[in-house]
Amino acid sequence: MSAISVPHEPAPYRGRTPRKSTNWVEAAGGIGFAMPALVLLLLTNLLPLLVLAFLSFTNYELGDTDFQFVGSKHFSAALRDPVIRRSLGNTFLYVAIVVPVGVLLSMLIAILVHGRKRSRGFYEVVYFLPVTTTLIAMATMWQFLLHPQIGPINGVIEALGFARIPFLSDPTLVIPTLAAIGVWQLIGFNMVLFLAGLTAIPRDLYEAADIDGASHPVDRFMKVTWPLLGPTTMFVTVTTFITAFKIFDTVAVMTRGGPMNSSITLLYAVYLEGFQYFHLSYAATLTLIFLAFTLVFSGFQTFFLDRRVHY
Amino acid sequence: MAGLSLKGISKGFGATPVLGSIDLDIHDGEFLALVGPSGCGKSTLLRIIAGLERQDQGSVSIGNAAVDHLRPHERKVAMVFQNYALYPHMTVFQNMALPLTMSRLNLLERLPLLGLLSSRKRAVMKKIDEQVQAVAAQLQIQPFGTRRPGQLSGGQRQRVALGRAMVRDPDVFLMDEPLSNLDAKLRVHMRAELAELHARLGVTMIYVTHDQIEAMTMANRLAVMDQGAILQLGTPTEVYERPASIVVAQFIGSPGINLLPARVATADAILLFGETLPAQLGLPANEEITLGVRPEAVRLVPLPGDWRIPCKFKRRENLGSESILHFALRDVPATTVLCKIANEEASAWAVQPGSPVSLAVAATDCHFFDQKGWRVDPVRTGTASLAKADVPRTTAGVVA
Repeated sequence: MSAISVPHEPAPYRGRTPRKSTNWVEAAGGIGFAMPALVLLLLTNLLPLLVLAFLSFTNYELGDTDFQFVGSKHFSAALRDPVIRRSLGNTFLYVAIVVPVGVLLSMLIAILVHGRKRSRGFYEVVYFLPVTTTLIAMATMWQFLLHPQIGPINGVIEALGFARIPFLSDPTLVIPTLAAIGVWQLIGFNMVLFLAGLTAIPRDLYEAADIDGASHPVDRFMKVTWPLLGPTTMFVTVTTFITAFKIFDTVAVMTRGGPMNSSITLLYAVYLEGFQYFHLSYAATLTLIFLAFTLVFSGFQTFFLDRRVHY
Repeated sequence: MAGLSLKGISKGFGATPVLGSIDLDIHDGEFLALVGPSGCGKSTLLRIIAGLERQDQGSVSIGNAAVDHLRPHERKVAMVFQNYALYPHMTVFQNMALPLTMSRLNLLERLPLLGLLSSRKRAVMKKIDEQVQAVAAQLQIQPFGTRRPGQLSGGQRQRVALGRAMVRDPDVFLMDEPLSNLDAKLRVHMRAELAELHARLGVTMIYVTHDQIEAMTMANRLAVMDQGAILQLGTPTEVYERPASIVVAQFIGSPGINLLPARVATADAILLFGETLPAQLGLPANEEITLGVRPEAVRLVPLPGDWRIPCKFKRRENLGSESILHFALRDVPATTVLCKIANEEASAWAVQPGSPVSLAVAATDCHFFDQKGWRVDPVRTGTASLAKADVPRTTAGVVA
C-alpha cells in the first residue's frame, strides 16, 4: 500500500463567514447525495425486514383483520417442528455438497480452460451456457433426462447393464441429485470468476516459481495459483453458499419437497407455510431463521476469511 | 561460479524476429550489462538464458556445458525480476527459503499436512533456516523477516528479491531491470550496493537495463543492443569513447551526443559548415557523413586548431555544479547542439540568448559515422589551421 502524503494543516481561516456555516453546507450536501440510496435501502430492505421481525412475534395469518402477540411461540414451535428440522437438514446437506463441489470443480475447470489458447472461447461459452438459462425451464428438462422410464440417462445406465435408478423418487438420492443439478447451473458462473482471478495473477510469479524449482504442477498450484486465487475463492464460496442456501426452484418444479418431505428445503418450507397454508407469521419466523444462518456465514466471511486471503 | 556463452541465439515471436543470431561470451565473475532501448530484445535474451523462453536457434552454455535441455531451476541461475515477483502470501523468510525447500524436500514432504510426519523435513528446514538467516543478515533484512512483501517498501522488497536469489548460491545472477521501480535516490543507493555485492560474491551477473547510467556505473562490460542485435560489446570506457555506431553513441552518455551533418570533401578533408577540415576517413568524396561530438567536449572558448561550429545561443540549464547550454545550429536551426561545462565557466560566459557564437571542438574529440551510421575511424585528422600540427591517431580501422 503506497503511503499517501498528509497535506499540511490548512492556514487558520480569517474570512468573515464563520467556519461553521460552510461545514453545515457541506454536511447538508453530503446527506443530500446519500439520501436517495439511504431511502431506497430503508424502503426495500430494512423496513420489510422490520415488518418481518414484527410479524414473527404475532399470530397473523393472511386475510386476518386482527392479531395478537404470541412472543417466541413460533420460534420454539419451529425448533420442535419435524418438517422444519427435516428442511434444515436437507438444506445443509445440499449446501454441503454444492459449495465444495461447485467451488473446487469450477476452479479446476477454470485452470484447465485458462491453459487453452485457441479453444478457450469455446469452453468458456459451453460452461457458461447453463447460467444463461432459466433454472425452472432447465429443471423440467432435467426431470425428463432423469426420468426412471423414459429418461435417456437411465437408458444409458440400463444399456451399461445396471438397474435403473429412480433419482428423484429415492429419498436418499433426491438431495444429491438436486445438488448435482445445482452444481451444473453454478459452475459456469464460478468458472468465469476464477478465470478473472487467474488472469490477474502476475506471470512473473510463475516464472519466479520456475526458477525457484516450483515447476511441478502441484507446486505451481500450491505456491502460486491457490494462494493468489484466495480472494476469488472466498468470493466464489460466499456467493455459492448463498445461492445454495436459497435452493428453491428445482425443488418447487421437480419434487415439491417429496417424496415424503425428503427433499423439502428451508425456503420451500417457508413458501409452503406462507403461500400454501397462509401461516404468514410462522413463515416470517422461518425466514428470520433463514436470515440468521446467512448472517452467521457473512460474519464468518467478514471477520475471519477476509483477513486470511488478502495479503 | 561459471562463465556463460551464447552461440547463434535467435528468436522470433510469430513472424516478428526479436533476436538475430546473438553470440556472446561472458567471463566467470563478470558483471555484464545488456543495455538498449525498450523492445531491443535484451529481456528476451535474458529470459532465454534463464530458460523461461526457448530460443529458435543457437545454444546457451553455462560453465562450458550446454544447458538448452535443462529447466530453469536446473540451470543454477537465479533471477531478480523487475517487479520482484515475491510470493505475496509468504513472509520474507519463507520467500527466501522457497528455492531451498524446493530443491531439498521431495514432493510429499512439501505438502502442508503430510510434511509434518517427516522427521527428515524438520532437520532440512532447520538447515535451510540457518542459511536464510545468514543471507538475511548480509542484506540487513532480518528485522522484517516475518513480514509479508505487501508490508515492505520498494527498496526492502528489492533486497528480499536479491536474498531469494542469493540463498541458492547460483552460478549466474540474472537481473531484469531490478532498479527501475525504485525512486531516483534509492536507485543511486542500490546501484552502489549491487556493485558492492558483486565485488563481494564474485559471481557472474547479467544485468538488463535501459538506463545507460546503471550500465555504465556497475558493469565490467556493456553489450549495447538494438533491434535484436548486439551493436557493441566493450568496457564502459570503450563504449563511451569509441561508440561503434550512431545508435550506441546516442544511447550512451548523458546528455546525448551532438550529431552534426558533414561531407567528405577530398580523400583527406571533410567539409563542415563550409569549412574544409583535414580528416582522412578513407571514404569516397561527396559522401554524407555524421560528426558526433559529446556535449562535454564542446568548448565555448576555442583553443588554437579547434574546429568551429557556428551556432546561436538559446538557453542555459543550471544543474548546480555544471550547466548545459543549448545552441541551435546556424545552418540548420532545428538541430540543437548541447554543451556541458562547469558552472563557473558558464557563469563567466555572459552571452545573451539569440547571440551568434562559434563553438569549438578538438578534432580528436570528434566521432565520424558513415551513411549507414557505423563508426569510421579516421586514418588521421588535423587541426583547423591545416598542417600546423597533424595529430596522429591510433588507426584501428573501421569497426563493423
